[in-house]
Amino acid sequence: MNKSETNAHSEGAINLTRRGFLKGSGAAAGAFVFGFSVPFSQSALAQSNSPEVNAWVVVQPDETVLIRIARQEMGQGSLTGLAQLVAEELECDWDKVDFDLVKPGQNRERDNAWGSQFTAGSTAIRGSHEYLRQGGASARMMLTEAAALQWQVSASECRVSEGVITHEPSGRTTTYGAVAKAANDIEPPKTESIILKDPKNWRIAGKDKARLDTLDKLDGSLVYGVDFSMPGMLVAVPKACPVHGGKLKSFDAEKVKNMPGVKQVVRVDDETVAVVADTFWRAQKALKALPIEWDEGDNAKVSSESIAKKLREGLTADTSFVGNQAGDAKDALANAEQVIEADYSYPYQNHAQMETLAATVRWRKNGCEMWGPTQVPGAALAALAEAAELPQDVCEIHTMRIGGSFGRRAATDYIRQATLIAKQIPDTPIKLMWTREEDMLQGRFHPVTQCRLRAAMDDEGNVQALHMRISGQSIMAYAMPQAMGDNGDPVAYQGLDPEGDMALGYSFPNLLVDHAMHNPHIRPGFWRGVNLNQNALYLESFIDELAHAAGQDPLAFRRKLMANHPKHLAVLEAAAKGIGWDTKPPEGIYRGIAQVKGFGSYVAAAAEVSVTDGEVKMHRIVAATDPGHVINPQQVEAQVAGSFVYGLSPLLYSEATVKDGRIEQQNFNTYRVMTLKDMPKVEVITMPSGGFWGGVGEPTIAVAAPAVLNAIFAATGKRIRNIPLKNTDLTVS
Amino acid sequence: MKLSINGQVSEVDVEDDTPLLWVLREQLGLTGTKYGCGIAMCGACTVHIDGVAQRSCVLPISAVSETQKITTIEGLGVQQFHPVQDAWAEIDVAQCGFCQPGMIMAVSSLLAQDPNPTDEQIQSEITNICRCGTYPRVLEGVKLAAQRMASNQKAGGSNEQV
Repeated sequence: MNKSETNAHSEGAINLTRRGFLKGSGAAAGAFVFGFSVPFSQSALAQSNSPEVNAWVVVQPDETVLIRIARQEMGQGSLTGLAQLVAEELECDWDKVDFDLVKPGQNRERDNAWGSQFTAGSTAIRGSHEYLRQGGASARMMLTEAAALQWQVSASECRVSEGVITHEPSGRTTTYGAVAKAANDIEPPKTESIILKDPKNWRIAGKDKARLDTLDKLDGSLVYGVDFSMPGMLVAVPKACPVHGGKLKSFDAEKVKNMPGVKQVVRVDDETVAVVADTFWRAQKALKALPIEWDEGDNAKVSSESIAKKLREGLTADTSFVGNQAGDAKDALANAEQVIEADYSYPYQNHAQMETLAATVRWRKNGCEMWGPTQVPGAALAALAEAAELPQDVCEIHTMRIGGSFGRRAATDYIRQATLIAKQIPDTPIKLMWTREEDMLQGRFHPVTQCRLRAAMDDEGNVQALHMRISGQSIMAYAMPQAMGDNGDPVAYQGLDPEGDMALGYSFPNLLVDHAMHNPHIRPGFWRGVNLNQNALYLESFIDELAHAAGQDPLAFRRKLMANHPKHLAVLEAAAKGIGWDTKPPEGIYRGIAQVKGFGSYVAAAAEVSVTDGEVKMHRIVAATDPGHVINPQQVEAQVAGSFVYGLSPLLYSEATVKDGRIEQQNFNTYRVMTLKDMPKVEVITMPSGGFWGGVGEPTIAVAAPAVLNAIFAATGKRIRNIPLKNTDLTVS
Repeated sequence: MKLSINGQVSEVDVEDDTPLLWVLREQLGLTGTKYGCGIAMCGACTVHIDGVAQRSCVLPISAVSETQKITTIEGLGVQQFHPVQDAWAEIDVAQCGFCQPGMIMAVSSLLAQDPNPTDEQIQSEITNICRCGTYPRVLEGVKLAAQRMASNQKAGGSNEQV
């Protein structure tokens, strides 16, 4: 590839994302609504003469089609998929497509023209496909109408292909670029009049397309939040009380104020202090030298052991929230001839996204701006405005592509911190940067839970009753208390719900899934896969236990329970077929399977492992996914393979443990994650059955670990019920 | 203090213990080299020193001399993408992309020393952390780049970099 092409692309992309694009607000594009001197105004003004066709589409005179992306891109590839959906209905030339990122203040200014910008829960595609396709179709109709109007013909006589409009009777042609300006004045069609294509006829969506956002990631030119800089900017490095909920008592700024580059030491809030310096390196060095006294409070007495003890009590607690029930499981279990019982657990996990938290905020008395990433632009803007003590109208977030997030930036804590610091140093851009250690200590952790499973089984191996008691932490109780319902935390039962996006794939005559909530002080958050991860590990391991107790093949045993769940079963059968379940594995290789439904998609995995001298080697995993529709198969494949790294790291190595009230693991030397050498061969089966839209970023995480655990049981006869595996001796005695 | 970076000599004035990573990022504006851990565990900060991959986050600037040639991701393929970058683009290796400059620097160094590594060698040499989980395509990308470099050599071309 020629380097100049790359530069053209990457600079173009950066310029494009920097352009303002207000329509009908009276403000020139580029001179943003409240007239701040944004650092990009030069390039923005230079390109301000391309009017948009509608909120989603701008066509430039050179035929470049700029598609606006409202959801956030953090690696998951949905930026490209979203553009494919618009381009499909727009009938443009895919090779001329580029993208532009929508800012939450712009969305707010235009009455939410771009819908939700929230990007979590594998929602980007499945939550916006319809209005995006309508947006593309609407733009196509307006562009066609503009051409027809110029030719004085009926639009119904015109045909569009790859951005070229043809008047069929006369053979005249024109292009999108030539009529884009005129299309801007065309009345948009009513939504009811828009007929979307049958997915069968898609030619851009549903096809393998290279990502639109790749090249500037390969030569270091992409500016992430941590890379951003502005003239006059200072860097702030924070430290919050390592015991969550503790307070900042005092600090001695005198001791560090003369260190190189140090400008100021600021109290950020009740629990956080920050050193502000000219560079990160100097700020963090001074922060390390800063004497700080904390009031750690009673939480300092909490440990992983004390949390585990509380959770064990929850396994038999009398009161609980009910997530799913059928028949009378407790009664059936009380009267059963054979009860099989097992306890499982899943530890805290840190997101450990590669880009540590960072945001640049400039506070002025008449407005506040942030440059940096978030997964929740709407909530982030609200948090910025609240901390700035300014109305949202005069605040803006210049969103950026994200260096991995996995749910971490669904929280806005770092935005609040950056703003509180910037407010103390008005008119100066403040780049807040967390150290990796701070990122590990102050995470929003995958919650800790235990689970007791009890099953009543008859002589023929039929499961008569299942009681699944989850005991442990609720994310919603901390992060979104307003979402708590009659069933307690509604997301505690992911994968175990009676119906919907997270529906259980088995039928039991008597079933009880309940949750005894205990919320330790460690702050929880949404971690890629959320509660589906441990729920699937618990149930899919236990189903395997039941199959072995009944002396039946784990696949055949599941089939009997899945008769009423054909889509769940279809992916399980596909994964089993892919691994060769009916054939004898190679010498020393053992197999395991698992399935679940999560985030709207049906997924299953089949794993092949060997265990030699206690060392587990994962050779191969076959994954099957039915997400209803697939927009970019090669990116779905990348998501599935990547999700296994997120799901298998906790299986092998990762856990965040608590001692003296604080998280013990502060970096990758103790919070170990998978590297290339651990990676099994991954084979991805994508089998969209149509009729629904499921997510793909998360669901397969959940089946990776149980499939491997079940294979380890097949290999060793050892049932691992507590992860990570590094804590278990697998040597055969 | 003088440093030779991407073929140019730059002068910086910083404390002796400042790691090369932060000199690159904060003194010279070369932000393609990333901070991931600060303890040489993750490899996001990988650069070449005299052609060999090194983790710059724990390398104090006082230990680097002007005679050592430092190459960062910005200097890897200046006129034209390095074959590793080409392979990465061709098969869409990157997801979030944050670890990829370090990954690409590690891989290009490996291939400079061993043009035809086995899977096992790649797995033991490339220890960079990627949380998106791009490992399968990293493996595929290394092999694709190795093939390209071999056929470039055959055609009389050069894979020499700055």
